[in-house]
Amino acid sequence: MSVTKTGTVTIEVDGRPLDAEEGATVLQTLRRHGIDLPTLCHYEGLTPASACRACVVEIEGARTLVPACSRPVQNGMKIRTNSERVRRARKMVFELLASAVDTSTYPELQAYMREYGADPARFGDDVARVSEPVREDNLLYVRDYDKCILCYRCVEVCGENAQFTFALSVAGRGFQARVDTGAGTPLPDSRCVFCGNCVAVCPSGALMPSIEYHMREAGTWDEGRQQVTTTTCPYCGVGCPLELHVQDNRIVKVTSPRDHPVTYGNLCVKGRFGFAYVEGAATAPVAPAATGRD
Amino acid sequence: MERNPARPLTDEERTNVDEVLAGLGFADTTPERRHLLPALHALQAKQGWLSPGSLSYLADRMGLAFPDVWGVATFYAMFRTQKPKGPRVQVCNDVSCRLRGGEALLTAMEVRHGPPYRFTGAAHSPAGGDGVMGDSVATDRLVIDWEAVPCLGLCDVSPAAMIDGRVIPNATVAGIEAAAVKEGREFVPGPPVYPPAATASAPEVRRLFARVEHVDPASLADYRRTGGYQALLQAIAMGPEAVIAELEQSGLLGRGGAAFPAARKWRAVASAPGVHWVVCNADESEPGTFKDRVLMENDPFAIIEAITIAALTVGAEEAFIYVRGEYETAAARLENAIRQAEEAGLLGNDVAGSGRAVHIEIVRGAGAYVCGEETALFNSIEGRRGEPRNKPPFPTEVGLFGGPTLINNVETLANVPLIIRDGAAAFRQYGTARSTGTKLFCVSGQVQNPGVFEVPFGTTLRQVLALAGGVAPGRRVQAVLCGGAAGTFLRPDQLDIPLTYEDLQAAGGTIGSGALMVVDDSVSLWQVVLRVADFFREESCGQCVPCRIGTQRQWEIVARMAAGRERPHDRQILHDLGAVMRDASLCGLGQTASNAVLSALPLLEKGMEA
Repeated sequence: MSVTKTGTVTIEVDGRPLDAEEGATVLQTLRRHGIDLPTLCHYEGLTPASACRACVVEIEGARTLVPACSRPVQNGMKIRTNSERVRRARKMVFELLASAVDTSTYPELQAYMREYGADPARFGDDVARVSEPVREDNLLYVRDYDKCILCYRCVEVCGENAQFTFALSVAGRGFQARVDTGAGTPLPDSRCVFCGNCVAVCPSGALMPSIEYHMREAGTWDEGRQQVTTTTCPYCGVGCPLELHVQDNRIVKVTSPRDHPVTYGNLCVKGRFGFAYVEGAATAPVAPAATGRD
Repeated sequence: MERNPARPLTDEERTNVDEVLAGLGFADTTPERRHLLPALHALQAKQGWLSPGSLSYLADRMGLAFPDVWGVATFYAMFRTQKPKGPRVQVCNDVSCRLRGGEALLTAMEVRHGPPYRFTGAAHSPAGGDGVMGDSVATDRLVIDWEAVPCLGLCDVSPAAMIDGRVIPNATVAGIEAAAVKEGREFVPGPPVYPPAATASAPEVRRLFARVEHVDPASLADYRRTGGYQALLQAIAMGPEAVIAELEQSGLLGRGGAAFPAARKWRAVASAPGVHWVVCNADESEPGTFKDRVLMENDPFAIIEAITIAALTVGAEEAFIYVRGEYETAAARLENAIRQAEEAGLLGNDVAGSGRAVHIEIVRGAGAYVCGEETALFNSIEGRRGEPRNKPPFPTEVGLFGGPTLINNVETLANVPLIIRDGAAAFRQYGTARSTGTKLFCVSGQVQNPGVFEVPFGTTLRQVLALAGGVAPGRRVQAVLCGGAAGTFLRPDQLDIPLTYEDLQAAGGTIGSGALMVVDDSVSLWQVVLRVADFFREESCGQCVPCRIGTQRQWEIVARMAAGRERPHDRQILHDLGAVMRDASLCGLGQTASNAVLSALPLLEKGMEA
């Protein structure tokens, strides 16, 4: 998100005066001062969905709590970042999410739950969950919406925030709302161009490269044993920086640095998934057109 | 926009889409996105449902992505992405109707026709969206695919049903079956279904309802003969500043539920930079509320005159009326009023010789309670999913199409011509110092004569209930759900509360939309509370976590408590959940979704079985 620097204002955070850039959000301001807030749906660079409500803070004079990720600072704003009321709301958000979705590949949420003493089991053991089957309809990435927290990041990055492919939208409503390709269309038949930028921004592991997904299934995924090598994508003249995640001398994932001015973490299908030639073997992924679908 | 990958498309689907767009004036051109909802309505009217193939082709024609169009179509309960077997039969599943024979009607329908279809908000059917609705098996007798739907705004003729847009008042299974046999989707606006009393009895007054029953709602001549359009001419002579000053003097508060000072909105929009818009919020879908329908059906010109005054005052050339999808008669009468006003030079390129242009367009909603929330309503007019936006910025700064927007409820606007014509002082003769004027209260549920009653603010709840004939002889009031599903329960010992904003606020309640749903002592209050919890679960848009999952959990907990399976901490969880939904939800839906449940808890000691 662009920040218009038009001046400096003063805000009060937990009783302490802080300077803030006019136009910046509360979250940006607090983080610049080293004060962190829990965030789930927020992703710097994408339009704030303000959907998870984990970053809510108390602002004097406001009737309800306020999402720090999207509220711009105002001169004289008095903010409480950790009051009883704020903590109660955050704890409930974590409990609600964990009562509905599989959090097993979401370590950040697990950490927040420990920090806030969240107990999702208190709603009972017979409550409705998202309960979606794993969708594996191509060889490049797997969609496990049972883990989806509906942060809208994938929709935004696929659409106006980066890719302009518009392969994804939220469909349905309420507890049944899901990220969807349109009538449940399998990815190879959809608008998807397999850039994998949705995978890169997914916080919960609902979208995961197939190699990682199957290594996790087999219990062989081990980030502690992975090395990251930075290089430049050889496919075209843009020169996107690549981070090759290597485990046991095999490339297991490709990403791009989020802070790089060329990619901001985004890649195309070739850069992100087209590394089979490095190993020269038939064990690596093939193009989606060659895949069957289930 | 790159075309969408090809989907199976029949020649008939292609022709239907092309004809629908031609009918909207886009035979050879690409419509703007805001024409998506009208196109979906027209396509469904033509085909009976929205098939994936036709939606994909519609997306191509509109330069949109198919997932985007699919996301919109599956958001709204009125749009069907599964093929229906027959005419659309909707039976009200909500509080007021259930309390007046609806419960028995729903049971009887289920016995004869199988379980109803209920909008679940599913993103797509397992079959990929082309399954057939319902699972009833055809036999030698008529089997109707029917739907149990939220409040239809017909609580004065409860139990209510609708067949292809036609109202079935005081519905019975036999009546529904008879009407369902006569298929045909052609909609003919019926007469107003409001059964008013011949004369107002104290404390009832007839300001907003002065024309009800006395004029032909289709006649501009009738309207003008009864004082109509005087206010518009006065407003043009007065100028915007004086109009806003008069409104300010009147103390008029918004009647949609939030009670925001009307003049403050008008002033903010009038002075904001950019292209201004005016929107009339006619998406009345608060359960137990039907006053705006009665106003629009009986006095449509008053709404058109008010919107014209508003547009001239805040400097807008374009105005929209967002009418809830089920209100077809109201929409037809407003449409007629717009045409007649245009022909008479009271609307259009030169409003009453002022040299100023005002155009009014009607947009039909498609079955989403959340679209009564102003920013969700803007998204819906723009052809998007009705998801509310983060506020601030508020609509007066960034509203419809990103411009400063004045958005007022129907009843709020209906007051405007009267305030301009008769002056603020006349308006303030009614009500209290803080709650000025009169209010339309919708009394429904277990009263003898449900209906809408106009009374001065300050009239007691007991007096208003008496206007509706009170509860049946031998019965007593158990509770009154005041303000709709988003309101709170009032107890029998609170019947003498004066109905004002300040008195209800002091009692922890709200006037809300003016809905008063009466529950007598013949039923379990659990049944009512359970339905309210069910309603919010059905109507949550799904955007923010506290509401999307919170309304689901609230319903589950209330359901087990109602069934006598309360767990030790259930009440505490409901309180926690309610507090967080109120505090942290993105919009007013989630923020009020726990009001009724929490206010009922002290009245509910044990479950239904206990």
